[in-house]
Amino acid sequence: MNSAEIMDIEIKLLMEGVYRVYGYDFREYAEASLRRRLSLWLSDSGFATLSLAQSDLLRDRGLFDSLLRGITVNVSEMFRDSAFFKAVREHVVPHLKTYPFVKVWLAGCSTGEEAYSMAILLQEEGLKGRFRIYATDINEDVIRTAQKGIYPLHEMQRFTRNYQNSGGTISFCDYYTARYDHAILNASLRENMVFAAHNLAVDADFGEMNLILCRNVMIYFQQPLKERVLALFDKSLMPGGFLCLGTKESLDHRQIAHRYGEIKPRTQIYRKQYAKKN
Amino acid sequence: MIGVSTGGVSALKLLLGALPTDFPVPVMIVTHITPEADDSLAVLLDSICAIRVKEADELELLVPGTVYIAPANYHLLVERNLNLALSTDPPVNFARPSVDVLFESAAQVFGPALIGIILTGAGFDGGKGLAVVKDHGGLVIVQDPVDAEMDSMPKCALQLLKADYVIQLNELPAILISLVQGNA
Repeated sequence: MNSAEIMDIEIKLLMEGVYRVYGYDFREYAEASLRRRLSLWLSDSGFATLSLAQSDLLRDRGLFDSLLRGITVNVSEMFRDSAFFKAVREHVVPHLKTYPFVKVWLAGCSTGEEAYSMAILLQEEGLKGRFRIYATDINEDVIRTAQKGIYPLHEMQRFTRNYQNSGGTISFCDYYTARYDHAILNASLRENMVFAAHNLAVDADFGEMNLILCRNVMIYFQQPLKERVLALFDKSLMPGGFLCLGTKESLDHRQIAHRYGEIKPRTQIYRKQYAKKN
Repeated sequence: MIGVSTGGVSALKLLLGALPTDFPVPVMIVTHITPEADDSLAVLLDSICAIRVKEADELELLVPGTVYIAPANYHLLVERNLNLALSTDPPVNFARPSVDVLFESAAQVFGPALIGIILTGAGFDGGKGLAVVKDHGGLVIVQDPVDAEMDSMPKCALQLLKADYVIQLNELPAILISLVQGNA
C-alpha cells in the first residue's frame, strides 16, 4: 500500500473521530479537495501524519478549530461571476418584487462578500426594507468576519469592476468607507441581514424562502450528501422560488430536478414549479 | 494521462489536432485563462480536432478518447472513482485553475499510470506538481524551453526534476501515441 492510500485511510478515520467528538460531519466530503486541504493543514501543523495529529485533534479544541478553518475555508469576492448577478437583476428580481416581503437564504456565506452583494442588489432594485438575507456558514470564524463587513482595500478595485459588470447602477464607493488599508461596508447594508452558523450536513431546513443561493459549496460534497442538501433546499423553498448554483453546477440528474426549470440556459438559476393540480 | 499548457492555444491545437478519435486514455488539461472566460476554448478545440474536447464538469466520469479542459476560475482535481472534481480554493502560484493542483491530485489517483506534461507557459505553475507525478512513479515530459513560446514554465519544471523526455512540440503527438499504445 502506498502513502497516498494510507493517507486516505487516515482521513476516513479522522473524519469519523471528528464527527463523534465535535459533531462536524465531513464524512461525505469529496476526497480530492478534502485530501488537498488536509495536506495543506498538515504541512503547517508540525505533525508528520494525520494519525500522529489525531490524538491531539480529538482532545484539543483549539487545534481542532485550526483544522476546521483549514477544511472549510472558502474564498469569495463581491459580485463574483458578474454575469450571474446580472441575471438575478434581470430575471429574478422582477418576480421578487411581486411579494410584499422577500426571504433569501445564502448557504455557505463564507466571509460575507456574496451576502453584501445581494443586499446591495436588492436595495438598488427597490426592495429596501422588504427583504431579509439569512447568511449561514458551517464555520463560525468566517461568520464573525462576515458580520464586520471589513475587507482589504486592494480588493475594492476588483469588486468595483465586478459590480459594474453586474449591472450596478451607482458608484460602488458609495457603499464603503476607506480606513487605512481596509474598506468598511456601510452598516445600513447589514440591517436586513442575519448571520448564523448552520451545518448543511446535519442541521434542519429554513422555512419559506423565496430565493436560495448556494454557489460553489456543494462541489465539495459527494453525491449522496449533495442530494440530501438539495432536498433540504427543496423543502425550504416556496413554490415559485429560485435556487441559484455556481457556474459549473447544475441540477441535471439530481433527484429534485423534475420540480425545477432553469430560467434561462446556463444561468444556473432554477425556479421551483408551483404545485400541480390533480 | 495529462496534458498541460499555459498561454498555448496554438500548442494545444497542434497537440490535440494530432490525436486520434480512439485515443485510448482520457486527457486532462489546465490552461491559464482569464477568470471570466466561458467554454469557448473547449468548443473551438472540439470543432477542429478529431478527438472529443470538452470543458470539465463536476462529478463527470473520465472516459478514454476525451480531452477535459479545466473551466476558468476553478481548480480541476480527480477523485479515486475517476470522477472529476472542481474547487474554488484560493489560487495557487497566482493561478486558478492551477497545474500543480491537478498534477498533485492526479498523481495520487493514477500513480505510475500517469503521464504529466508541461508545455509553453509564463510563470512557474506546474513544476512542483510535475515533481509529485514523478514521485508517484508517473512519466514526465517537458517541452524544450528553446522550442516553447514562453519558456519559464518548462524551465522551472526542468530545474525541479529530471524529465523522462524533453521534446519539441511537433514530436509530442507521435511520442504520446506510442506511449499510450505501449501501456494499453
